[in-house]
Amino acid sequence: MTTAAAAAPVTWQAFKSDYKPIWCPGCGDYSVLASVAKAFAMLELRPENVAVVSGIGCSSRIPAYTSCYGFHGVHGRALAAGTGLKVARPELTVLVAGGDGDGYSIGGNHFLHACRRNVDLTYVVMDNHVYGMTKGQPSPTTEPDWNSKLSPGGTGLRTFHPLVIALAAGANFVARAFSGDPNDTAQILAEAIRTPGFSFVEILSPCVTFRPEQRDWKNQVRPAPVAPTDDPARAARRIMTDDGFNIGVLYKGERKPYPPPIGKATKRLSDLEADFTI
Amino acid sequence: MRKRKTTNARKAGGRRTIGTPARRKRTATNKPSSTGRADFLARAWTMEVEAAERYASFADAMDQHNNRDVAELFRKLARIEQLHADQLLEESLSRRTPALPPEGLRWGGGREGPETAAPGELHYRMQPYHALQIALACEKNANKFFSEFASRAADAKVRKAAREMAAEEAEHVRLIEDWLKRTPPPDKDWAHDPDPPLVSD
Repeated sequence: MTTAAAAAPVTWQAFKSDYKPIWCPGCGDYSVLASVAKAFAMLELRPENVAVVSGIGCSSRIPAYTSCYGFHGVHGRALAAGTGLKVARPELTVLVAGGDGDGYSIGGNHFLHACRRNVDLTYVVMDNHVYGMTKGQPSPTTEPDWNSKLSPGGTGLRTFHPLVIALAAGANFVARAFSGDPNDTAQILAEAIRTPGFSFVEILSPCVTFRPEQRDWKNQVRPAPVAPTDDPARAARRIMTDDGFNIGVLYKGERKPYPPPIGKATKRLSDLEADFTI
Repeated sequence: MRKRKTTNARKAGGRRTIGTPARRKRTATNKPSSTGRADFLARAWTMEVEAAERYASFADAMDQHNNRDVAELFRKLARIEQLHADQLLEESLSRRTPALPPEGLRWGGGREGPETAAPGELHYRMQPYHALQIALACEKNANKFFSEFASRAADAKVRKAAREMAAEEAEHVRLIEDWLKRTPPPDKDWAHDPDPPLVSD
Protein backbone atom coordinates (compact mmCIF):
# COMPACT_ATOMS: atom_id res chain seq x y z
CA MET A 1 0.00 0.00 0.00
CA THR A 2 1.38 3.40 -0.91
CA THR A 3 1.59 6.23 1.58
CA ALA A 4 -1.05 8.13 -0.33
CA ALA A 5 -3.39 5.16 -0.26
CA ALA A 6 -2.75 4.64 3.43
CA ALA A 7 -3.63 8.25 4.15
CA ALA A 8 -6.85 8.24 2.15
CA PRO A 9 -9.85 9.02 4.35
CA VAL A 10 -12.01 6.09 5.35
CA THR A 11 -15.67 6.38 4.43
CA TRP A 12 -18.22 5.96 7.19
CA GLN A 13 -19.51 2.81 5.54
CA ALA A 14 -16.06 1.27 5.95
CA PHE A 15 -16.52 1.46 9.72
CA LYS A 16 -19.42 -0.99 9.44
CA SER A 17 -18.72 -4.71 9.34
CA ASP A 18 -20.32 -7.24 7.02
CA TYR A 19 -22.51 -8.50 9.86
CA LYS A 20 -26.04 -7.19 9.54
CA PRO A 21 -27.65 -6.03 12.76
CA ILE A 22 -30.44 -8.20 14.13
CA TRP A 23 -32.10 -5.40 16.07
CA CYS A 24 -35.85 -5.07 15.61
CA PRO A 25 -36.82 -3.06 12.51
CA GLY A 26 -37.38 0.52 13.67
CA CYS A 27 -35.01 0.22 16.64
CA GLY A 28 -33.05 3.40 17.30
CA ASP A 29 -29.80 1.47 17.60
CA TYR A 30 -29.51 1.15 13.80
CA SER A 31 -29.16 4.91 13.61
CA VAL A 32 -26.72 5.03 16.50
CA LEU A 33 -24.50 2.57 14.63
CA ALA A 34 -24.59 4.87 11.60
CA SER A 35 -23.86 7.89 13.79
CA VAL A 36 -20.88 6.22 15.44
CA ALA A 37 -19.47 5.25 12.04
CA LYS A 38 -20.04 8.75 10.68
CA ALA A 39 -18.34 10.32 13.70
CA PHE A 40 -15.28 8.12 13.22
CA ALA A 41 -15.12 9.04 9.54
CA MET A 42 -15.63 12.72 10.31
CA LEU A 43 -12.61 12.61 12.61
CA GLU A 44 -10.61 10.82 9.90
CA LEU A 45 -9.93 7.89 12.20
CA ARG A 46 -9.06 4.46 10.89
CA PRO A 47 -10.74 1.23 12.04
CA GLU A 48 -7.45 -0.25 13.19
CA ASN A 49 -6.97 2.67 15.58
CA VAL A 50 -10.37 2.46 17.22
CA ALA A 51 -11.78 0.04 19.78
CA VAL A 52 -15.48 -0.31 20.55
CA VAL A 53 -16.18 -1.94 23.90
CA SER A 54 -19.59 -2.97 25.17
CA GLY A 55 -21.41 -4.84 27.91
CA ILE A 56 -24.55 -6.93 27.51
CA GLY A 57 -27.89 -6.06 25.97
CA CYS A 58 -29.39 -5.27 22.58
CA SER A 59 -27.31 -2.13 22.11
CA SER A 60 -24.17 -3.89 23.33
CA ARG A 61 -24.12 -5.91 20.13
CA ILE A 62 -22.66 -2.85 18.43
CA PRO A 63 -18.94 -3.84 18.37
CA ALA A 64 -19.72 -6.76 16.04
CA TYR A 65 -21.34 -4.39 13.59
CA THR A 66 -18.26 -2.20 13.29
CA SER A 67 -15.00 -2.97 11.52
CA CYS A 68 -12.98 -1.62 14.47
CA TYR A 69 -11.44 -3.68 17.21
CA GLY A 70 -14.22 -4.75 19.51
CA PHE A 71 -14.86 -6.32 22.86
CA HIS A 72 -18.31 -7.59 23.82
CA GLY A 73 -17.74 -7.88 27.52
CA VAL A 74 -19.40 -8.75 30.77
CA HIS A 75 -22.72 -7.24 31.85
CA GLY A 76 -22.13 -3.77 33.29
CA ARG A 77 -18.37 -4.01 33.01
CA ALA A 78 -17.82 -2.35 29.65
CA LEU A 79 -16.40 0.78 31.26
CA ALA A 80 -13.95 -1.25 33.34
CA ALA A 81 -12.68 -3.00 30.20
CA GLY A 82 -12.62 0.22 28.21
CA THR A 83 -10.76 2.07 30.94
CA GLY A 84 -8.12 -0.63 31.14
CA LEU A 85 -7.72 -0.66 27.39
CA LYS A 86 -7.35 3.11 27.13
CA VAL A 87 -4.81 3.27 29.96
CA ALA A 88 -2.79 0.44 28.44
CA ARG A 89 -3.09 1.68 24.86
CA PRO A 90 -3.55 5.46 25.07
CA GLU A 91 -3.00 5.87 21.32
CA LEU A 92 -6.29 4.09 20.59
CA THR A 93 -9.61 5.88 20.35
CA VAL A 94 -11.85 4.00 22.76
CA LEU A 95 -15.62 4.17 22.55
CA VAL A 96 -17.61 2.30 25.16
CA ALA A 97 -21.25 1.60 24.39
CA GLY A 98 -24.26 -0.03 25.99
CA GLY A 99 -27.76 0.42 27.23
CA ASP A 100 -29.43 1.97 30.23
CA GLY A 101 -29.76 -1.30 32.13
CA ASP A 102 -26.16 -2.30 31.50
CA GLY A 103 -24.77 1.14 32.28
CA TYR A 104 -26.93 2.49 35.07
CA SER A 105 -27.95 -0.63 36.97
CA ILE A 106 -25.54 -3.52 36.62
CA GLY A 107 -22.69 -1.16 35.75
CA GLY A 108 -23.83 1.78 37.86
CA ASN A 109 -20.81 1.80 40.11
CA HIS A 110 -18.41 1.59 37.18
CA PHE A 111 -20.25 4.53 35.63
CA LEU A 112 -19.66 6.70 38.71
CA HIS A 113 -16.00 5.93 38.93
CA ALA A 114 -15.36 6.20 35.21
CA CYS A 115 -16.74 9.74 35.39
CA ARG A 116 -14.56 10.41 38.46
CA ARG A 117 -11.38 9.03 36.87
CA ASN A 118 -11.88 11.03 33.70
CA VAL A 119 -9.97 8.67 31.45
CA ASP A 120 -9.96 9.91 27.86
CA LEU A 121 -12.73 7.81 26.36
CA THR A 122 -16.29 8.26 25.14
CA TYR A 123 -19.22 6.48 26.75
CA VAL A 124 -22.38 6.12 24.69
CA VAL A 125 -25.56 4.92 26.35
CA MET A 126 -28.45 4.00 24.08
CA ASP A 127 -31.27 4.73 26.50
CA ASN A 128 -34.68 3.22 25.78
CA HIS A 129 -35.90 3.06 29.38
CA VAL A 130 -36.30 -0.71 29.28
CA TYR A 131 -34.43 -4.01 29.25
CA GLY A 132 -35.20 -5.04 25.68
CA MET A 133 -33.08 -8.16 25.28
CA THR A 134 -34.75 -9.87 28.25
CA LYS A 135 -38.26 -8.91 27.08
CA GLY A 136 -39.22 -5.68 28.71
CA GLN A 137 -38.34 -5.33 32.38
CA PRO A 138 -38.17 -1.80 33.80
CA SER A 139 -34.70 -0.29 33.86
CA PRO A 140 -33.31 2.50 36.07
CA THR A 141 -34.59 5.14 33.63
CA THR A 142 -38.09 3.66 33.30
CA GLU A 143 -40.84 6.02 34.38
CA PRO A 144 -42.30 5.07 37.80
CA ASP A 145 -45.81 4.69 36.41
CA TRP A 146 -44.96 2.58 33.35
CA ASN A 147 -47.54 -0.16 33.56
CA SER A 148 -46.64 -3.52 32.06
CA LYS A 149 -47.18 -7.19 32.69
CA LEU A 150 -43.76 -7.30 34.31
CA SER A 151 -44.35 -4.19 36.39
CA PRO A 152 -48.10 -4.02 37.09
CA GLY A 153 -49.03 -0.49 38.06
CA GLY A 154 -45.48 0.66 37.50
CA THR A 155 -42.46 0.33 39.76
CA GLY A 156 -43.19 3.51 41.66
CA LEU A 157 -39.46 4.09 41.75
CA ARG A 158 -37.77 7.40 41.12
CA THR A 159 -35.88 7.38 37.81
CA PHE A 160 -32.11 7.46 37.65
CA HIS A 161 -30.86 10.81 36.29
CA PRO A 162 -27.68 9.87 34.40
CA LEU A 163 -26.66 13.26 33.06
CA VAL A 164 -26.70 14.97 36.44
CA ILE A 165 -25.02 12.02 38.07
CA ALA A 166 -22.30 12.11 35.42
CA LEU A 167 -21.77 15.80 36.10
CA ALA A 168 -21.64 15.32 39.86
CA ALA A 169 -19.22 12.44 39.47
CA GLY A 170 -16.84 14.44 37.28
CA ALA A 171 -17.50 13.66 33.62
CA ASN A 172 -15.80 16.24 31.44
CA PHE A 173 -18.34 16.28 28.61
CA VAL A 174 -22.05 15.62 28.87
CA ALA A 175 -24.49 15.56 25.98
CA ARG A 176 -27.88 14.19 25.03
CA ALA A 177 -28.67 13.05 21.49
CA PHE A 178 -31.58 11.43 19.67
CA SER A 179 -31.24 8.45 17.37
CA GLY A 180 -33.93 9.87 15.08
CA ASP A 181 -31.47 12.49 13.86
CA PRO A 182 -28.37 10.39 13.15
CA ASN A 183 -26.45 13.18 11.42
CA ASP A 184 -26.86 15.45 14.43
CA THR A 185 -25.90 12.58 16.72
CA ALA A 186 -22.76 12.00 14.64
CA GLN A 187 -21.73 15.62 15.17
CA ILE A 188 -22.26 15.33 18.91
CA LEU A 189 -20.30 12.07 19.03
CA ALA A 190 -17.44 13.59 17.06
CA GLU A 191 -17.24 16.46 19.52
CA ALA A 192 -17.37 14.02 22.43
CA ILE A 193 -14.50 11.96 21.01
CA ARG A 194 -12.49 15.12 20.27
CA THR A 195 -12.90 16.43 23.81
CA PRO A 196 -10.19 15.11 26.16
CA GLY A 197 -11.33 13.18 29.22
CA PHE A 198 -14.44 11.17 29.93
CA SER A 199 -17.20 12.14 27.53
CA PHE A 200 -20.69 10.90 28.23
CA VAL A 201 -23.34 10.89 25.50
CA GLU A 202 -26.80 9.67 26.33
CA ILE A 203 -28.70 8.83 23.16
CA LEU A 204 -32.46 8.51 23.33
CA SER A 205 -32.93 5.38 21.23
CA PRO A 206 -36.51 4.11 21.07
CA CYS A 207 -37.37 0.47 21.72
CA VAL A 208 -40.20 0.02 19.24
CA THR A 209 -41.03 -3.47 20.49
CA PHE A 210 -41.43 -3.02 24.23
CA ARG A 211 -41.93 0.75 24.34
CA PRO A 212 -43.75 1.49 21.04
CA GLU A 213 -44.96 4.79 22.48
CA GLN A 214 -41.34 5.96 22.18
CA ARG A 215 -41.88 6.34 18.43
CA ASP A 216 -43.35 9.68 19.44
CA TRP A 217 -40.03 10.89 20.83
CA LYS A 218 -39.36 12.39 17.41
CA ASN A 219 -42.11 14.90 18.17
CA GLN A 220 -40.82 15.67 21.63
CA VAL A 221 -37.09 16.25 21.16
CA ARG A 222 -35.77 19.73 20.46
CA PRO A 223 -32.37 21.39 20.32
CA ALA A 224 -31.31 22.58 23.77
CA PRO A 225 -32.23 26.26 23.88
CA VAL A 226 -28.94 27.27 25.52
CA ALA A 227 -25.27 27.02 24.60
CA PRO A 228 -23.10 24.48 26.43
CA THR A 229 -21.60 25.71 29.66
CA ASP A 230 -18.36 24.88 31.44
CA ASP A 231 -20.01 25.47 34.82
CA PRO A 232 -21.18 22.09 36.17
CA ALA A 233 -23.59 23.68 38.66
CA ARG A 234 -25.31 25.65 35.92
CA ALA A 235 -25.38 22.59 33.67
CA ALA A 236 -26.85 20.51 36.49
CA ARG A 237 -29.59 23.07 37.15
CA ARG A 238 -30.49 23.11 33.48
CA ILE A 239 -30.58 19.35 33.18
CA MET A 240 -32.56 18.88 36.38
CA THR A 241 -35.21 21.31 35.21
CA ASP A 242 -35.59 20.19 31.59
CA ASP A 243 -38.03 17.49 30.54
CA GLY A 244 -35.39 15.10 29.24
CA PHE A 245 -35.81 16.02 25.59
CA ASN A 246 -33.32 18.86 25.15
CA ILE A 247 -30.74 17.68 22.63
CA GLY A 248 -27.17 18.88 22.32
CA VAL A 249 -23.93 19.35 24.21
CA LEU A 250 -24.97 20.35 27.72
CA TYR A 251 -21.63 20.59 29.50
CA LYS A 252 -18.04 20.80 28.34
CA GLY A 253 -15.40 21.12 31.03
CA GLU A 254 -11.65 21.45 31.09
CA ARG A 255 -10.58 18.76 33.54
CA LYS A 256 -7.35 17.12 32.63
CA PRO A 257 -7.83 13.47 31.73
CA TYR A 258 -6.37 10.74 33.87
CA PRO A 259 -2.81 10.38 32.61
CA PRO A 260 -1.79 7.13 31.02
CA PRO A 261 1.20 5.39 32.62
CA ILE A 262 4.44 6.94 31.48
CA GLY A 263 7.75 5.14 31.22
CA LYS A 264 8.67 1.57 31.89
CA ALA A 265 7.49 -0.63 34.73
CA THR A 266 9.80 -0.35 37.72
CA LYS A 267 9.66 -4.03 38.52
CA ARG A 268 9.71 -7.18 36.43
CA LEU A 269 6.97 -9.75 36.84
CA SER A 270 9.43 -12.17 38.42
CA ASP A 271 10.29 -9.53 41.06
CA LEU A 272 6.63 -9.06 41.87
CA GLU A 273 6.16 -12.80 42.18
CA ALA A 274 9.12 -12.91 44.54
CA ASP A 275 7.57 -10.15 46.67
CA PHE A 276 4.44 -12.23 47.15
CA THR A 277 6.17 -15.52 47.88
CA ILE A 278 5.06 -16.86 51.23
CA MET B 1 -36.40 10.97 -7.47
CA ARG B 2 -36.31 11.90 -11.08
CA LYS B 3 -38.11 10.26 -13.95
CA ARG B 4 -36.57 8.30 -16.77
CA LYS B 5 -37.63 8.63 -20.36
CA THR B 6 -38.54 4.99 -20.76
CA THR B 7 -38.92 2.51 -17.99
CA ASN B 8 -38.78 -1.23 -18.42
CA ALA B 9 -42.41 -1.36 -17.43
CA ARG B 10 -43.33 1.07 -20.17
CA LYS B 11 -41.27 -0.80 -22.74
CA ALA B 12 -43.20 -3.90 -21.79
CA GLY B 13 -46.43 -2.03 -22.28
CA GLY B 14 -47.11 -1.69 -18.58
CA ARG B 15 -48.04 1.38 -16.65
CA ARG B 16 -45.46 3.97 -15.97
CA THR B 17 -43.72 3.43 -12.68
CA ILE B 18 -40.83 4.77 -10.73
CA GLY B 19 -37.59 4.15 -12.50
CA THR B 20 -34.19 5.53 -13.23
CA PRO B 21 -33.94 9.23 -13.87
CA ALA B 22 -34.21 10.96 -17.21
CA ARG B 23 -31.08 12.26 -18.89
CA ARG B 24 -31.68 15.93 -19.03
CA LYS B 25 -29.93 19.20 -18.83
CA ARG B 26 -29.78 20.80 -15.42
CA THR B 27 -28.77 24.37 -15.97
CA ALA B 28 -27.72 25.25 -12.43
CA THR B 29 -25.23 22.42 -12.11
CA ASN B 30 -23.69 22.76 -15.55
CA LYS B 31 -22.13 26.12 -14.80
CA PRO B 32 -19.31 27.11 -12.49
CA SER B 33 -20.77 27.32 -9.03
CA SER B 34 -21.43 30.42 -7.10
CA THR B 35 -22.05 29.85 -3.42
CA GLY B 36 -25.76 29.43 -4.08
CA ARG B 37 -25.23 26.92 -6.85
CA ALA B 38 -22.70 24.91 -4.86
CA ASP B 39 -25.10 24.83 -1.93
CA PHE B 40 -27.93 23.71 -4.16
CA LEU B 41 -25.92 20.88 -5.68
CA ALA B 42 -24.62 19.80 -2.27
CA ARG B 43 -28.14 19.68 -0.87
CA ALA B 44 -29.74 17.97 -3.84
CA TRP B 45 -26.98 15.35 -3.99
CA THR B 46 -26.92 14.77 -0.23
CA MET B 47 -30.68 14.35 -0.15
CA GLU B 48 -30.53 11.59 -2.72
CA VAL B 49 -27.52 9.81 -1.21
CA GLU B 50 -28.88 9.84 2.31
CA ALA B 51 -32.29 8.69 1.13
CA ALA B 52 -30.58 5.79 -0.67
CA GLU B 53 -28.53 4.88 2.41
CA ARG B 54 -31.59 4.89 4.63
CA TYR B 55 -33.61 2.69 2.28
CA ALA B 56 -30.66 0.28 2.03
CA SER B 57 -30.50 0.10 5.82
CA PHE B 58 -34.26 -0.57 5.92
CA ALA B 59 -33.82 -3.35 3.37
CA ASP B 60 -31.12 -5.00 5.47
CA ALA B 61 -33.32 -4.84 8.56
CA MET B 62 -36.28 -6.38 6.77
CA ASP B 63 -34.05 -9.08 5.27
CA GLN B 64 -32.87 -10.04 8.73
CA HIS B 65 -36.47 -10.50 9.77
CA ASN B 66 -37.42 -12.52 6.68
CA ASN B 67 -39.75 -9.89 5.33
CA ARG B 68 -38.47 -10.38 1.79
CA ASP B 69 -41.11 -8.45 -0.15
CA VAL B 70 -40.58 -5.27 1.81
CA ALA B 71 -36.81 -5.75 1.78
CA GLU B 72 -36.87 -5.97 -2.02
CA LEU B 73 -39.04 -2.87 -2.28
CA PHE B 74 -36.69 -0.85 -0.07
CA ARG B 75 -33.73 -2.08 -2.10
CA LYS B 76 -35.44 -0.89 -5.26
CA LEU B 77 -36.08 2.51 -3.71
CA ALA B 78 -32.43 2.67 -2.59
CA ARG B 79 -31.22 1.91 -6.11
CA ILE B 80 -33.44 4.59 -7.58
CA GLU B 81 -32.25 7.25 -5.13
CA GLN B 82 -28.61 6.31 -5.71
CA LEU B 83 -29.08 6.56 -9.46
CA HIS B 84 -30.44 10.04 -9.01
CA ALA B 85 -27.48 11.04 -6.89
CA ASP B 86 -25.10 9.67 -9.52
CA GLN B 87 -26.90 11.50 -12.26
CA LEU B 88 -26.75 14.79 -10.40
CA LEU B 89 -22.98 14.43 -10.29
CA GLU B 90 -22.78 13.47 -13.96
CA GLU B 91 -24.68 16.58 -14.89
CA SER B 92 -22.60 18.87 -12.73
CA LEU B 93 -19.60 20.59 -14.24
CA SER B 94 -17.03 19.14 -11.87
CA ARG B 95 -18.53 15.63 -11.72
CA ARG B 96 -17.09 15.45 -8.24
CA THR B 97 -18.81 14.79 -4.96
CA PRO B 98 -19.87 18.21 -3.68
CA ALA B 99 -17.90 19.58 -0.75
CA LEU B 100 -20.02 19.61 2.38
CA PRO B 101 -19.44 21.93 5.33
CA PRO B 102 -17.52 20.19 8.15
CA GLU B 103 -20.38 20.82 10.54
CA GLY B 104 -22.74 19.07 8.11
CA LEU B 105 -25.81 20.43 6.37
CA ARG B 106 -28.70 21.81 8.34
CA TRP B 107 -32.24 21.28 7.14
CA GLY B 108 -34.67 23.36 9.09
CA GLY B 109 -34.69 22.06 12.62
CA GLY B 110 -32.13 19.27 12.31
CA ARG B 111 -29.56 17.52 10.16
CA GLU B 112 -31.81 14.92 8.54
CA GLY B 113 -32.49 15.53 4.86
CA PRO B 114 -36.12 16.09 3.87
CA GLU B 115 -36.19 13.06 1.58
CA THR B 116 -34.70 10.68 4.16
CA ALA B 117 -37.21 8.28 5.70
CA ALA B 118 -37.51 8.53 9.48
CA PRO B 119 -35.51 5.67 11.05
CA GLY B 120 -38.26 4.60 13.42
CA GLU B 121 -40.96 3.99 10.82
CA LEU B 122 -40.39 0.26 10.37
CA HIS B 123 -42.33 -2.66 11.77
CA TYR B 124 -41.20 -6.24 11.33
CA ARG B 125 -44.58 -7.25 9.92
CA MET B 126 -45.07 -4.24 7.68
CA GLN B 127 -46.16 -4.75 4.09
CA PRO B 128 -45.17 -3.16 0.77
CA TYR B 129 -48.12 -0.79 1.12
CA HIS B 130 -46.57 0.63 4.30
CA ALA B 131 -43.19 0.98 2.61
CA LEU B 132 -44.78 2.92 -0.23
CA GLN B 133 -46.50 5.19 2.26
CA ILE B 134 -43.10 5.97 3.76
CA ALA B 135 -41.71 6.71 0.29
CA LEU B 136 -44.71 8.89 -0.51
CA ALA B 137 -44.14 11.01 2.58
CA CYS B 138 -40.48 11.42 1.64
CA GLU B 139 -41.30 12.53 -1.90
CA LYS B 140 -43.81 15.05 -0.57
CA ASN B 141 -41.19 16.41 1.80
CA ALA B 142 -38.69 16.69 -1.04
CA ASN B 143 -41.22 18.52 -3.21
CA LYS B 144 -41.94 20.96 -0.40
CA PHE B 145 -38.24 21.50 0.23
CA PHE B 146 -37.41 22.34 -3.40
CA SER B 147 -40.47 24.55 -3.74
CA GLU B 148 -39.39 26.56 -0.72
CA PHE B 149 -35.77 26.59 -1.91
CA ALA B 150 -36.93 28.04 -5.24
CA SER B 151 -38.93 30.73 -3.52
CA ARG B 152 -35.89 31.81 -1.47
CA ALA B 153 -33.09 31.52 -4.02
CA ALA B 154 -31.56 34.80 -5.17
CA ASP B 155 -29.72 33.25 -8.13
CA ALA B 156 -32.06 32.89 -11.12
CA LYS B 157 -30.44 29.65 -12.30
CA VAL B 158 -30.66 28.08 -8.88
CA ARG B 159 -34.28 29.15 -8.70
CA LYS B 160 -34.98 27.52 -12.04
CA ALA B 161 -33.21 24.30 -11.09
CA ALA B 162 -35.01 24.15 -7.76
CA ARG B 163 -38.35 24.59 -9.53
CA GLU B 164 -37.45 21.76 -11.89
CA MET B 165 -36.56 19.51 -8.98
CA ALA B 166 -39.78 20.44 -7.22
CA ALA B 167 -41.75 19.55 -10.34
CA GLU B 168 -39.98 16.21 -10.60
CA GLU B 169 -40.66 15.42 -6.96
CA ALA B 170 -44.32 16.27 -7.56
CA GLU B 171 -44.30 13.82 -10.45
CA HIS B 172 -42.86 11.16 -8.18
CA VAL B 173 -45.59 11.79 -5.66
CA ARG B 174 -48.09 11.02 -8.41
CA LEU B 175 -46.17 7.91 -9.47
CA ILE B 176 -46.09 6.51 -5.96
CA GLU B 177 -49.76 7.29 -5.51
CA ASP B 178 -50.38 5.23 -8.65
CA TRP B 179 -48.16 2.47 -7.31
CA LEU B 180 -50.13 2.48 -4.07
CA LYS B 181 -53.38 2.08 -6.02
CA ARG B 182 -51.96 -1.12 -7.52
CA THR B 183 -50.75 -2.43 -4.16
CA PRO B 184 -53.13 -4.32 -1.89
CA PRO B 185 -53.69 -2.43 1.36
CA PRO B 186 -52.98 -4.38 4.53
CA ASP B 187 -55.67 -6.08 6.56
CA LYS B 188 -56.60 -4.32 9.76
CA ASP B 189 -54.80 -6.97 11.80
CA TRP B 190 -51.63 -6.88 9.73
CA ALA B 191 -49.47 -6.39 12.82
CA HIS B 192 -50.95 -9.38 14.63
CA ASP B 193 -48.28 -11.93 15.48
CA PRO B 194 -49.49 -15.28 16.83
CA ASP B 195 -46.18 -15.61 18.63
CA PRO B 196 -45.48 -12.04 19.71
CA PRO B 197 -42.31 -10.79 21.37
CA LEU B 198 -44.37 -8.70 23.76
CA VAL B 199 -44.90 -9.76 27.32
CA SER B 200 -45.36 -6.21 28.51
CA ASP B 201 -48.47 -5.08 26.68
